[in-house]
Amino acid sequence: MSKILIRGAKVLGGEPQNVLIDGSVIEAVGTEISDEAAEGAEVVDAAGKVLLPGLVDLHTHLREPGREDSETVLTGTRAAASGGYTAVFAMANTFPVADTAGVVEQVYRLGQQHGYCDVQPIGAVTVGLEGRKLAELGAMHESAAGVTVFSDDGKCVDDAVIMRRALEYVKAFGGVVAQHAQEPRLTEGAQMNEGVVSAELGLGGWPAVAEESIIARDVLLAEHVGSRVHICHLSTAGSVEIVRWAKSRGIDVTAEVTPHHLLLTDELVRSYNPVYKVNPPLRTQRDVLALREALADGTIDIVATDHAPHPHEDKDCEWAAAAMGMVGLETALSVVQETMVDTGLLDWAGVAERMSFKPAEIGQAKGHGRPVSAGEPANLMLVDTEYRGSVDPAGFASRSRNTPYEGRELPGRVTHTWLRGKATLVDGKLT
Amino acid sequence: MQRHLISAADLTRDDAVLILDTAEEMARVADRPIKKLPTLRGRTIVNLFFEDSTRTRISFEAAEKRLSADVINFTAKGSSVSKGESLKDTAQTLEAMGVDAVVIRHGASGAPYRLATSGWIDAAVINAGDGTHQHPTQALLDAFTMRRRLVGRDAGIGRDLSGKRITIVGDILHSRVARSNVDLLHTLGAEVTLVAPPTLVPVGVETWPCEVAYDLDSTLAKSDAVMMLRVQRERMNAAFFPTEREYSRRYGLDGDRMARMPEHAIVMHPGPMVRGMEITAEVADSDRCTVVEQVANGVSIRMAVLYLLLGGNEPAVSHTRIEEK
Repeated sequence: MSKILIRGAKVLGGEPQNVLIDGSVIEAVGTEISDEAAEGAEVVDAAGKVLLPGLVDLHTHLREPGREDSETVLTGTRAAASGGYTAVFAMANTFPVADTAGVVEQVYRLGQQHGYCDVQPIGAVTVGLEGRKLAELGAMHESAAGVTVFSDDGKCVDDAVIMRRALEYVKAFGGVVAQHAQEPRLTEGAQMNEGVVSAELGLGGWPAVAEESIIARDVLLAEHVGSRVHICHLSTAGSVEIVRWAKSRGIDVTAEVTPHHLLLTDELVRSYNPVYKVNPPLRTQRDVLALREALADGTIDIVATDHAPHPHEDKDCEWAAAAMGMVGLETALSVVQETMVDTGLLDWAGVAERMSFKPAEIGQAKGHGRPVSAGEPANLMLVDTEYRGSVDPAGFASRSRNTPYEGRELPGRVTHTWLRGKATLVDGKLT
Repeated sequence: MQRHLISAADLTRDDAVLILDTAEEMARVADRPIKKLPTLRGRTIVNLFFEDSTRTRISFEAAEKRLSADVINFTAKGSSVSKGESLKDTAQTLEAMGVDAVVIRHGASGAPYRLATSGWIDAAVINAGDGTHQHPTQALLDAFTMRRRLVGRDAGIGRDLSGKRITIVGDILHSRVARSNVDLLHTLGAEVTLVAPPTLVPVGVETWPCEVAYDLDSTLAKSDAVMMLRVQRERMNAAFFPTEREYSRRYGLDGDRMARMPEHAIVMHPGPMVRGMEITAEVADSDRCTVVEQVANGVSIRMAVLYLLLGGNEPAVSHTRIEEK
């Protein structure tokens, strides 16, 4: 069946409408769609549900190649489809590192082959993520993967000259450098946010200034060379202030926040449970509130998951030995609903802007983040916003289970996802 | 009943006084010709040391043996943080062997807490020092030493350290001894002042129940006890202070400074001492320095803790056991 009629969905949270998909594109959107047009269509009753463009994650770790015990392109894209995503940007810190055309093409092709979600590889900024020598940025851009976003995520491009050169170089083909802002010397031995809780727990402090000083430097570099820079996972109130200042000055900077930094604080580290160990670390309630405000007012442009799967044994140990990171693709929209929508800070159109339109624009994801209107690619998702339930990691499609939300009640449930008209998720079940 | 001793902050005033009182009782055992009680006969205790500490291990071992427990020493230096699963695997191995208590020293803050709360084992867990977090039995033996010296050996029974002014000097940032002492001394009613260069005071210290000062000289005259902490020489290379000599001039305890302390005031040190840097030989060897007493008291305190956590039904002293909180 090539036609699908989504009936009565609140498109971007607005009044109920019908959406007719024909093949891989949206044929019509409206309150009335003629029987003739909808003839033979499979009907999806979407009454009460919100229809959004397929979500786009600018920051995902798929782990393949190299750590297929944590995640693969297949399991990661299935997790993405479960979370309502139709495109994910796969970070470069794999083994081997995605610093050549060969590796990025491999990752890109696996995504196409599996068909759950478009995978857009991110290329490393420097060879081996070592921060010394630029990777072949142009070759990765020209490859079949068409890389547009470059990042050494997991590590900071801390050498100011290398960062400057990368920012300048990618201008030739409209690329963007996504910076993991972490001053390395200030974070030696760092285990958690530096503050009241770290002082008490005796865990190495990760000061806010280690993030803020790099962001400040990078927006000034971007201004100087007239390039654009994207800041990964902002986590502090001070970072928000710097980005706000930079934008007011006309600097071409965009920024992302993760769902977990919108919800969780460093108080949770008192449990010494490594499920809360993440980079950048969970900050204070004051930071959380500042991040929510900034996402609402547009200072922070997008939500990105930083989906970071790790096998059980890398978390079932003492804090200092544990890996940093949390899975996030399957819970992101629920966390955003709880922290931004249910609090009145953002409406669903605002969620669409920050989780689909804008990330697609920053990463130049073709065919994604498009309006829900006739003639557009049918990359769509439905969310039951009335749903309430506790998170059960056993049901995750991700190969890893390192979620901080196990047993926690979160609102909202993604029920359907369509990638170019092909259902990848139906009634909450992967196809 | 509280099953573990992870942090000095977990102890109520009554818990702490009970442990100190029990330790007085235990100290009398050391005066007997046969220094042994049958209390923990048939119980197995493992000393699980992931980090070197001859003094603490021997102290626990002596305490365990005086209570007639079966003792297993397990040294796994350096293996843990490089291979994350080893703590869990080791714990489960011990559990399979039917261990009743684990005394753990670990380089990672929180490792004993994880051991006690992750469901890996059922045994009681006693923290013998974890990273830069806590070393509760050290704080207890320090409090015991202070109570004996500043309140009195028999007169001290049932009493806390209300009104006593304690100054802790040195590397607060990296010190589990300082953290444990601040928690416990506050619980026992003492007023604590931390003295260190600002580089060696943790960000976030303002919420601790104590004062912080950068000038040692101004605190000496109002101190009933001055506790000197060990300063590792490698801190100098990490730019925590300019030179050893400058540290010593500003924060070292020498004879002149000791002379400015009240006559009854004592000098404490958790050992091992770096003579000449944080403390001069003159001070270390004076009658006012309690380093050797602290070592002896450590055995009594550890006997008391083991007894109260693992002991039989009959009390060693006429108090109830540590209440569950």
